[in-house]
Amino acid sequence: MSVAAAFFYLFAFVLVASAFMVISSRNPVQSVLFLILAFVNAAGLFILIGAEFLALILVVVYVGAVAVLFLFVVMMLDVDFVELRQGFLQYLPVGVVVGLVFLAELVLVVGAWATGPGVASAVKSAPPSVGDVGNVQAIGHVLYTDYIYFFQAAGFVLLVAMIGAIVLTLRHKANVKRQDISAQVARTAKTAMDVVKVRPGQGL
Amino acid sequence: MNWQDTLIQVLIILGQSLALLVALLIFIAFILLADRKIWAAVQLRRGPNVVGPFGLLQSFADLLKFVLKEPTIPAGSNKAIFLLAPLVTCVLALAAWAVVPIADGWVIADLNVGVLYIFAISSLGVYGIIMGGWASNSKYPFLASLRSAAQMVSYEVSIGFVIITVLMCAGSLNLTAIVEAQNGRFGFLNWYFLPLLPMFVIFFVSALAETNRPPFDLVEAESELVAGFMTEYGSTPYLLFMLGEYVAIMTMCAMATILFLGGWLSPLPFPPFTWVPGLVWFVIKLCFMFFLFAMAKAMVPRYRYDQLMRLGWKVFLPISLIAVVVVASVLHFTGMAPR
Repeated sequence: MSVAAAFFYLFAFVLVASAFMVISSRNPVQSVLFLILAFVNAAGLFILIGAEFLALILVVVYVGAVAVLFLFVVMMLDVDFVELRQGFLQYLPVGVVVGLVFLAELVLVVGAWATGPGVASAVKSAPPSVGDVGNVQAIGHVLYTDYIYFFQAAGFVLLVAMIGAIVLTLRHKANVKRQDISAQVARTAKTAMDVVKVRPGQGL
Repeated sequence: MNWQDTLIQVLIILGQSLALLVALLIFIAFILLADRKIWAAVQLRRGPNVVGPFGLLQSFADLLKFVLKEPTIPAGSNKAIFLLAPLVTCVLALAAWAVVPIADGWVIADLNVGVLYIFAISSLGVYGIIMGGWASNSKYPFLASLRSAAQMVSYEVSIGFVIITVLMCAGSLNLTAIVEAQNGRFGFLNWYFLPLLPMFVIFFVSALAETNRPPFDLVEAESELVAGFMTEYGSTPYLLFMLGEYVAIMTMCAMATILFLGGWLSPLPFPPFTWVPGLVWFVIKLCFMFFLFAMAKAMVPRYRYDQLMRLGWKVFLPISLIAVVVVASVLHFTGMAPR
């Protein structure tokens, strides 16, 4: 067994085990931590097949940002999970039926998997560039030439989603004191101070 | 490749890693002392001056003190995660040094996505803090970990864009290639800190925020949150947190050195300066960057939390985003883009 194979089995085993722990651990924070472990191991598998750019992007985006926010929310939840689990046996049959249907569909899809006639020859001729170009350049060349419109459309969808989320949550309360930095910076002695002559016995 | 060759290669890498780790940890022991000495000098104090000549052995005395203390674990804490958190912080911080080239060719793993690797590892650093804060089962650590999660995610975004501008100029994600791209006839005038000066400033400030250094140390602001996420920690686990923090600071200094200050290159490209080994230049630049970190700690008052968020999202993010567009346009239209 080569070193790569040993690492494959290590990553794959930890990945499956931690994925199982995500759904079986009692504490939601522990579930998220196991999810993170699963992500990191998936990144390890990516590295083994030579997709180091994808692996590191997976770590940066999913582990470094998405899972942090996930953990952020789960830590603040105050859900009584003992109560949540009480209906578990009651809903078990429904869950089993859904699971079986899904399994059957997966088997049908994978069983009917057929490779197109031109694929075999295309695969043989495609990969030579990987060795001398490198991952990042290869992805960049394809992404910004052949698939530029899809890439832009994906970015546009994300932008719309982001703006939507901001619009939904942004509200300005009238009686909240806010710091207006530009107003503070624009203050001069003239606008800030007012020299008033106060006559004795009269006041303002 | 048969198994003997594999074994020998693994042993060589292990030896290199061990040598780097030992050198790095001893270096950090003195960096810690330098931090306290600089801080003291700014405030006209003497700083640590009892252990060894000029207090040089203070960090080693501190190490012994922490290691020999009894670790305490709070009764209501989640024990496994409580003990895992400092380990995660320390191991991740040390792991980043695997790809840092400290001199020409002196690097353990010469990855062609080295920048991305360091970026990924430093973005994982927040987990140690979140896990420690949550597992302590105490309100101040918890608040601190929430703060740090928001803070580190915010500043990573602008660091990412700053790194992209450097990558566009260098044309590679390999740290060695980035340093080589700054090699030119004009010595230190060729380094990227000059053409990308605003980016260098943004990187420096974001690095302060990313490593929870003052003035952005809201995670451990003692006037608000006791000692932040470390409140419940003592002895060796605390030591690991402390160590991880300083290793992360050194990683950020090394990143600044490599991306903007020409790594191991000599500032003046003619003898006798080129006779000095690259490692010496690298360490000098590292110390210079750390001096800036230490001076910022000594001189600048702490930010308020909403000001910190505003700086990250409303100032640095737009500026760095526009800079990416400007740098890309300039490189494209002047034909200076690397092939």
